[in-house]
Amino acid sequence: MATYSLPPKPKRSLFKKTKRIMIFLAIAAVYVWTFLGIDVDWGRAAERAINNFHRVIPKLFHPDWEATGEVAGKMFETITIAFAGSFMAAILAIPLGFLAAQNMSRSRLLTASGKWILSAIRAFPDIILAILFVVAVGPNAFAGVLAIAIGSTGMLGKLYSEVVESIDMRVVEAMEANGANKVQMLFYGVMPQIIPEFLSYAIYRFEIDIRASSILGIVGAGGIGTMIIFAANNRNWNEMGLILLAIIIVVTVIDSISARIRRKIV
Amino acid sequence: MNNQTNSTSSQMTPPLYPAKTKAQVTLIFFIVIGFYLFSMVWTQRQMVGGFTDALGNMGVVINKFFPPNLSVIPAVWDPMAQTIQMAIIATTVAAILTVPLALLSAQNIATFKPIYITTRTFLNILRTIPDLVLAVVFVGLFGIGLFPGIIALIIFSLGILAKLISETIESVDMNPLEAMRASGGNVFQVIYYGLVPQVLPQFASFVLYVFEINIRASVVLGLVGAGGIGLVLDQQLGFYNYPNVMAIIILIFIVVLIIEYISNKLREALI
Repeated sequence: MATYSLPPKPKRSLFKKTKRIMIFLAIAAVYVWTFLGIDVDWGRAAERAINNFHRVIPKLFHPDWEATGEVAGKMFETITIAFAGSFMAAILAIPLGFLAAQNMSRSRLLTASGKWILSAIRAFPDIILAILFVVAVGPNAFAGVLAIAIGSTGMLGKLYSEVVESIDMRVVEAMEANGANKVQMLFYGVMPQIIPEFLSYAIYRFEIDIRASSILGIVGAGGIGTMIIFAANNRNWNEMGLILLAIIIVVTVIDSISARIRRKIV
Repeated sequence: MNNQTNSTSSQMTPPLYPAKTKAQVTLIFFIVIGFYLFSMVWTQRQMVGGFTDALGNMGVVINKFFPPNLSVIPAVWDPMAQTIQMAIIATTVAAILTVPLALLSAQNIATFKPIYITTRTFLNILRTIPDLVLAVVFVGLFGIGLFPGIIALIIFSLGILAKLISETIESVDMNPLEAMRASGGNVFQVIYYGLVPQVLPQFASFVLYVFEINIRASVVLGLVGAGGIGLVLDQQLGFYNYPNVMAIIILIFIVVLIIEYISNKLREALI
């Protein structure tokens, strides 16, 4: 068996070796901290799981068809929340995207501030934004729209700024050399290059927002999430089964439609 | 936006696009605007006061949240640490479990089609369910605590991770693998010596990316009873103690930013 031998391994410098050891120790420390710190009552969790298993899992697979109307209505509300939110974000992200793009302004300060605003927005989970907006406008679907709109702006703005940074600047420079003004450069040099990708990203974000808006109801911001939390509190797992089914179907259908549209655009 | 540029350009130059395309784009444009306006009306139908009242309300609300009561931060340090630990454990377990799933859902490794299609469909369905919904179901199954949160995160990140990694596997250079197979390597040898070196940097990078997602997801899991800082947040919301809520939100914000920064630097170093 051992008649062949592998080629000799490349020699590593002492610096690389110590670096490797340091990284390894850091990772080990993180894991030690994790496993010493976490307190999970494994025994109780397992016991609960065995007791509850037959009360939860089989019911999930026997959806309560009588709730179909209500689920469909709430699912429609979820779609409207996601649509209105994504639409607002797609518009709001345009100025921010241009602000954060390196090739659109010579001032580094402006670009950096744009990037900073966008990453600050992205650090907020959607549902935390929803909590803030529920307090602001009351527990209704519009709070969800605002949360989705602000939450999506962070990611869309970043993607937009990357699109703007990747455009062919020679076209814009040629127009500038021919005496075009700023507005003309924007409309005829920049816009035709970015519109398909902007649209494609906005549609992609709509896909994500469908998922995001389906949970906002947990904090009172409308949509199917409202039913999820009621069904869980009442231990109505048959209804939960139907809700899950509705989410899976709607998300799958919208994903495949939007993937098809995006393939056409770009 | 598209048809605006078209109409202005048509005054000076011959039209760039045929009339049919223009009509189509205009139609789609109006459908989108129409559905947007409908959505705005539909989502505001249960709102008391309407849009202008809401804007005035925001000012009042901002006053309620400020100034944040930063003195609670030492008290919530423990749940915050648990949240991070939850994300670490979930990411680790998911990274291990994803290996067989990713191999089975990569077209160039799982050459037996039914297996490939079943795992693909399974992962696609898994990815459609939002993390918090999984957490709700697991809290019902395991009771309130960290454990259901960890399980929800594992399942949720498994869907994303397996998809990303199977796509990486599909894009590798198959020539060394074929050479190994031709010179008599068995399946495991081919995977270990041919595939792993090509995929490993991407794998590490995706695991870190999913870790970032998990951190962001884990801070809110407590809202449905799945442990961590979200549980405290939910309690304080229940007491309408907004200065405390704001302090917790600020803490979450800072922790997420720091972890994202570290993970970004690591990923840049990896690839």
